Amino acid sequence: MFAYVLKRVAMTIPVMGVVALFVFALLRLAPGDPAAVIAGDYATAEDVARIREQLGLSEPLFVQFFTWVWSLLQGDLGTSIFSGKPVIELIGQRIEPTMLLALTTIIFSILVAVPLGTIAAFRAGSLVDRFVMLFSVGGFSVPVFVLGYILIYVFSLNLRWLPVQGYRSPFTEGIGPFLSYITLPTLTLSVIFIALIARMTRASVIEVLEEDYIRTARAKGQSELKVLMRHALRNAAVPIVTVIGIGIALLIGGVVVTESVYNIPGLGRLVLDAVLARDYPIIQGLILFFSFIYILLNLLIDLTYTFLDPRIRY
Amino acid sequence: MTEPVLDVRGLTVKLPPAADRPFAVEGIDLHVNAGEIVCVVGESGSGKSVTAFTVMGLQDKRALTPVAGQIMMGGEDLLKVGDRRLRKLRGEKMSMIFQEPMTALNPVAKVGEQIGEMLEIHTDLSASARKSRVIAAMEDVGLPDPPSMYDAYPHQLSGGQRQRIMIAMALVLEPVLLIADEPTTALDVTTQAQILELIRDIQQRRGMGVLFITHDFGVVADIADRVIVMQHGRVVEQGPVDQVLGAPEHPYTRMLMDAVPSMTPPARDPAAGDRALTVRKLDKVYGHAGLLGQGRQVHAVKTVDFDLQRGETLGIVGESGSGKSTVARCVMRLIDPTSGEVLIDGDDIARAREGAMRHHRRDIQIVFQDPYRSLNPRRTVGQSIVEGPTNFGLDPGEALTRAQDLMRVVGLPPEALDRFPHQFSGGQRQRICIARALAMEPRVLIADEAVSALDVSVQAQVLDLLDDVRDRFDLAMLFITHDLRVAAQVCDRIMVMRQGEVVEHGPTASVYADPQHDYTKALLDAAPGHRMLQA
Amino acid sequence: MVDQSTQPDATAAIPDSGAKDISLWRIALRNRGVYYGGVMLAIIVVIAIAGPWLVQDPTSLNPMNRLKAPGEGGLFGTDQLGRDVFSRVLNGARVSLVVGIFVAVIAISIGLVLGLVAGYIRWTDAIIMRVMDGLMSIPAILLAIAMISLSGATLTTVVAAIVIPEIPRVTRLVRSVVLTVREEAYVEAAIAAGTRTYLIMARHVLPNTIAPLIVQATYICGSAMLTEAILGFLGAGIPPEIPSWGNIMSEGRTFFQLTPWIIFFPGIALAVTVLAVNVVGDGLRDTLDPRIARNMR
Repeated sequence: MFAYVLKRVAMTIPVMGVVALFVFALLRLAPGDPAAVIAGDYATAEDVARIREQLGLSEPLFVQFFTWVWSLLQGDLGTSIFSGKPVIELIGQRIEPTMLLALTTIIFSILVAVPLGTIAAFRAGSLVDRFVMLFSVGGFSVPVFVLGYILIYVFSLNLRWLPVQGYRSPFTEGIGPFLSYITLPTLTLSVIFIALIARMTRASVIEVLEEDYIRTARAKGQSELKVLMRHALRNAAVPIVTVIGIGIALLIGGVVVTESVYNIPGLGRLVLDAVLARDYPIIQGLILFFSFIYILLNLLIDLTYTFLDPRIRY
Repeated sequence: MTEPVLDVRGLTVKLPPAADRPFAVEGIDLHVNAGEIVCVVGESGSGKSVTAFTVMGLQDKRALTPVAGQIMMGGEDLLKVGDRRLRKLRGEKMSMIFQEPMTALNPVAKVGEQIGEMLEIHTDLSASARKSRVIAAMEDVGLPDPPSMYDAYPHQLSGGQRQRIMIAMALVLEPVLLIADEPTTALDVTTQAQILELIRDIQQRRGMGVLFITHDFGVVADIADRVIVMQHGRVVEQGPVDQVLGAPEHPYTRMLMDAVPSMTPPARDPAAGDRALTVRKLDKVYGHAGLLGQGRQVHAVKTVDFDLQRGETLGIVGESGSGKSTVARCVMRLIDPTSGEVLIDGDDIARAREGAMRHHRRDIQIVFQDPYRSLNPRRTVGQSIVEGPTNFGLDPGEALTRAQDLMRVVGLPPEALDRFPHQFSGGQRQRICIARALAMEPRVLIADEAVSALDVSVQAQVLDLLDDVRDRFDLAMLFITHDLRVAAQVCDRIMVMRQGEVVEHGPTASVYADPQHDYTKALLDAAPGHRMLQA
Repeated sequence: MVDQSTQPDATAAIPDSGAKDISLWRIALRNRGVYYGGVMLAIIVVIAIAGPWLVQDPTSLNPMNRLKAPGEGGLFGTDQLGRDVFSRVLNGARVSLVVGIFVAVIAISIGLVLGLVAGYIRWTDAIIMRVMDGLMSIPAILLAIAMISLSGATLTTVVAAIVIPEIPRVTRLVRSVVLTVREEAYVEAAIAAGTRTYLIMARHVLPNTIAPLIVQATYICGSAMLTEAILGFLGAGIPPEIPSWGNIMSEGRTFFQLTPWIIFFPGIALAVTVLAVNVVGDGLRDTLDPRIARNMR
């Protein structure tokens, strides 16, 4: 087991390397002088020179890469061009709303999607199933931000049940305000995630229900509900958990958009502000940070397979 | 006379409208008395499994609807009682074991708990009482060290052990009826013999009734008290085992019995052709050592030597994991041997590079086991047959003529060349595969379990065809099989393999009459029906 | 249970059902999703091609007629510069469809080549798949935003920025098909018949990738249209002077509380278009490819 964990962790190193290389290449391979691009249209020659110096763009490429990777390994994600603050510090300031929004979304989505998908699979072809499938294909079709505005329009502007925009921290301002502000963003972001998980749950449970051991459980005289809970869902878990892991990428993209719609001061907003300001070290740092989170979560998910399926032993 | 534990009267089960016939089974009458084993025997599509599943109420309810008849058990008609009652009867009064012990157990639950689930559903026993009952039941079916095996997962057990778990589960509540659907078909022959003995033994101790579904007359001969023969959804003959097997009345029964190959090898002329294939010290190791020594290695084939002459058939016989198919795949160079030589025409192809290997491809051809997967479903059978010859520069027109001739040779109409594989039955597809192999004009033909997936009547015809083409084209044939009866009929020499090693090698007649190695003796002893079907 | 092998063997009649294999397209059209989604999509395409000629110039300003409600000023109202929203939405359809189709075709082509290579040439497998793993772990939207902000917002960069994150999925799909098919007995028979590798690929492997790739292409098309709109909405998409749905909605944000229709109409148009594409995709998946695509989405 320990050897497996070690091996699995080691396997993420080349993936991280590819990410780093890609992010590095992005700036250097862009057409034109990257320093000039970052400096923007109204920059003076001194500005461009300063940025070139700051990013180390005058060194040979491989020297730039290894200096950069070396500082990454020491936890240095770079320094913002405009505020002069370390990127890691900026991330620290903005991470709370993003993390909490992602967390509420994942929890809510799983709680809704797994039962929905299971019921749809059990009653495949029924009205419930068709509704779930329709919801799921619809969830993939409506853009996140349109959904956000529809929810704001209905629940905030017309019904006035919930605040329009903004964020309240549960740690400093209490759990009540937090919930009232986080509800609509969570709902908005959950729709596509629910669609994804419900769909995979349904497909996976339908497949498992065809298995011989389900027939064995019925031959024992087990009730249908218990067949579903004890035998089907447990065996369908691995693909469901896998799709949740893959969905993290979707979630990260959705967070950026949702934060923009609801005016939440999180990492998504940090990205967009950085894009407007062409503060490239921040963009670069955030891409690396999100990729790291994605790889880390998927590593953890891989390790849960051992608990979900005793056949997976390494 | 006491009431039978199961009495099926006039059972008719309807098939969906698109099927090739209106009813899966039609007007079935059968009964099982306490203390007897009733075998239902038939080929695929005979309706034998549908009958068994309908009794349990486990048939695929979207496709199969019982429309007439009664299934009486303890004074109740199982077709009329509600779902709740039927669930209670399952496990308590009747239970079932299945063909694939591999897939019939939940892979993520401990086997002990899976047996215990039966007690959880039907009794009020406490957890500890359940556990001790489970362990007693596991002891009863001869599993080693039940207290520690209780916590094992199915994949950690062998096929035979899994089937014992299934039997323990089915019998823990002491039902009056056990339904066994081909319970030994997926098992190796020695394991099969042990499981059959176990079923027989428990059945006699408890005096329960057993409805045993099988396609294998050998198994019938070993285990049945009474036999029911089914064909196309109807019962064509039934009676005591001695009567049905000794003096079959219905022509279909007689045909089936005749198609069962005998264990006695027929007299064969010794082969005297040229040397076609030489294999020396063939070794195959799967897997690799791994950086930290944690890699898993399987030594699948260990120093195998043999020669093969034209006009001769060498059988390689063994159970699963014996390495017999690996030998075939190494000789074909579908996989690369780890070491050793495979000589054809004086050339060693064991390590030949791709170009040199392609040159020798036409010399060796193979027919695979699964007729449904060995032809590309998107290409006509004609395209499949001419693919090889045209690779070697044969003019497409000539290749087509050759394909037409070969279709006649394998007993199919040449016009069928522009049809697609799905339009043919399993036996017909196997004939096409033989034609495809022959189109290359090979010297060596490998048949890798080529008749194992076929029904016994079709099997006999394909075996005749293989024998026929071997003589007609003066082929050297390597015949890989797990089936000792089949091997006895077509092989001149036999090589018995176990765990990658050849344990015995000799002329077929002498291996069968006077086996030298203990393992060969065990195999021959375990072959089902070997007492009754000697005729 | 009802098996064809019950027929007596060689002498049995072989059913004659035409010379050609079952036409996949005819079966697909029998699926309701494919049919209705296809009809809906056809209507949208016709509108996208013909529509812009039938309405006024989407860029013509009318300062007297600003922020009018639907009905009052044009069918969908007007925006803060007095431009006709209906006309702008009609024009936006072209952009979305072009982006969707281009992204799907390019991503499928690149992914197909990479997947075939990775699946069939063993030593390339580890390299290609690690690169794909790396690419997959970079959040698509962030990557696109970064690429566009560095290279300048043009239709080409937007398409490229959406294509790159889609490639790993296609590569994985093709590779998995190749790995499955190369184990098939009929491929081994072709190897045994001395068929050269490129012919095995062309005859036996490639045809098996077509159905799952068509399904995947529809999904990519749908998600590319969404991504394009999101980028436009975030102000990182194609140039703001082009009336794409994303750009229209982006401009509608400022006055959302006052004139929500500026966001809702293009939003609905986009959702309906993507829905049509996805419904066709689901239908195709159910008919062409019940197993493989299900595990890839």
